[in-house]
Amino acid sequence: MSVDSVFVHKMWNDHELSKMVKGGIPFPMLSDGGGKVGDVFGVYLQDAGVEARGRFIIDPDGIIQGFEVLTPPVGRNVMESIRQIQAFQHVRKTKGAEATPSGWKPGKPTIKPGPDLVGKVWEVWKTKMAFDD
Amino acid sequence: MAEEIKAGCARPTGGPVGEKPAAKKGTTEEPVIKEVKSMVTVGKKAPDFTAPAYQKGKFINVKLSDYLGKWVVLCFYPGDFTFV
Repeated sequence: MSVDSVFVHKMWNDHELSKMVKGGIPFPMLSDGGGKVGDVFGVYLQDAGVEARGRFIIDPDGIIQGFEVLTPPVGRNVMESIRQIQAFQHVRKTKGAEATPSGWKPGKPTIKPGPDLVGKVWEVWKTKMAFDD
Repeated sequence: MAEEIKAGCARPTGGPVGEKPAAKKGTTEEPVIKEVKSMVTVGKKAPDFTAPAYQKGKFINVKLSDYLGKWVVLCFYPGDFTFV
């Protein structure tokens, strides 16, 4: 979503993005002229009249599970967004019985919070597990 | 899910997804000027909105609450034909 019109979205897709992504952009390119939607999400930059790089993960109940907002010059990390979605989906699947520690990705051990784990996290989780191998 | 439309304007519906917007008061009342406050908090429902969109050759109208039951990634960015 940006403040550009759907007509500019079409031109950008047809003339540039479709040269980067085969078949063009598959998802809806949303238009928010005036930044009204960006304003309620807290990402509309009034002075510049544009929207910051806000990224919101919304679960199937419509609940915002996470967001990240960057100023315009720095791009996002798509793999980190995917990792977070995988983690939120895992937590949801276990109905909160499992939590995903720092650096978790599919295949890495989760944590099962409970009275027996208090003060014992150091036994099951090491700081090196926060980093990729 | 998304009907094809003539291009219009995006607007927040005034409530969280999956809930009815607050009922409008009678028109005779003085309009209440209140501070516009961001409605975004993790663990809380997203503000609902409708917005025109371009997707695969069509202009459509997208409503966030139509995506209840699915995971959604909503991305804002500064502008088309910019560089990052």
